[in-house]
Amino acid sequence: MAFSIDRIRNDFPILHQKVYNKPLVYLDNGATTHKPAVVIETIKELQESHNSSIHRGIHFLSEQMTSRYEAARETVRAFLNASSTSEVIFTSGATGSINAVAFSFGERYVKAGDEILISEMEHHSNIVPWQMLCQRKGAKLKIIPFDHNGELLLDQLDALLTEQTKLVALTHASNSLGTINPVKEVIRRAHARNIPVMLDGAQMVQHGKVDVKELDCDFYVFSSHKIFGPTGSGVLYGKESLLEEMPPYQGGGDMVDQVTFEDTSYNTLPFKFEAGTANYIGAIGLATAIDYLKQVGISEIGLYEKELIDYTKQKLGDIEGLIIYGNAKKRISVFSFLLDNIHTYDAGMILDKMGIAVRTGTHCTQPVMDHFGISGTIRASLVFYNTREEVDRLAEGIEQTIKMLS
Amino acid sequence: MTNLNETQKDIVEEFSIFEDWLDRYNYLIELGNDLPAIDPQYRTNEYLINGCQSKVWLHADLVNEKIEFKADSDAIIVKGIVALLVKVLSGRTPAEILENELYFIEEIGLKQNLSPTRSNGLLAMVKKMKLYALAYQAKASQKS
Repeated sequence: MAFSIDRIRNDFPILHQKVYNKPLVYLDNGATTHKPAVVIETIKELQESHNSSIHRGIHFLSEQMTSRYEAARETVRAFLNASSTSEVIFTSGATGSINAVAFSFGERYVKAGDEILISEMEHHSNIVPWQMLCQRKGAKLKIIPFDHNGELLLDQLDALLTEQTKLVALTHASNSLGTINPVKEVIRRAHARNIPVMLDGAQMVQHGKVDVKELDCDFYVFSSHKIFGPTGSGVLYGKESLLEEMPPYQGGGDMVDQVTFEDTSYNTLPFKFEAGTANYIGAIGLATAIDYLKQVGISEIGLYEKELIDYTKQKLGDIEGLIIYGNAKKRISVFSFLLDNIHTYDAGMILDKMGIAVRTGTHCTQPVMDHFGISGTIRASLVFYNTREEVDRLAEGIEQTIKMLS
Repeated sequence: MTNLNETQKDIVEEFSIFEDWLDRYNYLIELGNDLPAIDPQYRTNEYLINGCQSKVWLHADLVNEKIEFKADSDAIIVKGIVALLVKVLSGRTPAEILENELYFIEEIGLKQNLSPTRSNGLLAMVKKMKLYALAYQAKASQKS
């Protein structure tokens, strides 16, 4: 089926509304994406007619829900091209997944004097859990820097990978700079020293194909709500050999085999890492979103977004006084920028009243702002349901904002 | 000088002529530009009310039993709202500040700017202004 933007926009009910009497231009997809009708309908249908706790029930509804939940796991497995469903763990989101790895991997493999390597462009979610781990264990957090364009300084990587490095945790695509990192090269060099790599895919999975086998990453995490699924759900992919070795990070129901007051034996993968009643409706909603993306065509989405990126770059580039932060060669459709000396909060407030939703501030990447010596940026983040016309509206809005504020 | 509630009423009237949001913001920008910058000695961390996205500085003095507020912000629209708050609350007795409800913000449609989820420092500023009033009132009653 050919990529039809009109048909796609019709699939997203929320897009067709006016805010402050202006048609909504939603450019805050880096924060969260909207849900196609099929996802909304699925959630509604599950709540209305199928709700039942999974894995334990003997009755009809429970069995039905259990098989749909496990089918969702298979959908995610296929989406990531993981080897088996044992490698797909449902979590509360990318943050939950990273915390799980930081705790569980940390318990098993990290001791005093060890090092965890992250990059300078990480989201706070991929900084703080590692800081907490380092504090717990007396380990050290090391940083791969980036250059003025927002490209990782790969020439420093080899020196940063040491005998003590236990894990590299790197974002696949930056939420504030838009950079798509050369993750395959990082993985190749880390693996040459037997160091595993975790990728934060929160800003990548909605923009293009991710194949964990081809990447050969050891962990991959993402959130459902950033890939057109419901909030409160996410995925942790991990290589089975590693997950088998790692201890559970939460105790509770469903993750156990036998429980006595003296001792507990744990369930097998992936259930060992899914304590408590799972967010099964979230997981099935995510799988529905993935099915929807497949139907639209992930490579078609990539092609459409590439055009949108070029167009946005050109339109923003034409605006006098606008500076883009993040000019990596390979990028996602996320643009961080500043307008002369205009405060980002002022700009965001005015754009909002024009019906244009952007984000302002540090985007949970304070070290990125520190790198450039700025306190924040305005960020427009686009996905495949955004249009050139919306980019035009943004550009006009920015021009008017500059006029009002200078 | 008009009393606190009259000033609030005047502001509500002033804003009632604006039909468009952008006109309202243009006016706030004007107010922000007109409010003199706070004395550099008060533009310090000691007087800073940090809202994650914009900063507000606030200083209060008791002059002839009335509180004189001086305030500033690094964001111009926030500064415009700051100017309105100063206009309403500055030059009042602590009792007047504490007894009267601030209703104009809501009436001119800027209530969302004072919601706890807005990280601009304005809500904290209003609270701080009232705290100053409380403190000066307590001080005055100690003396008498």
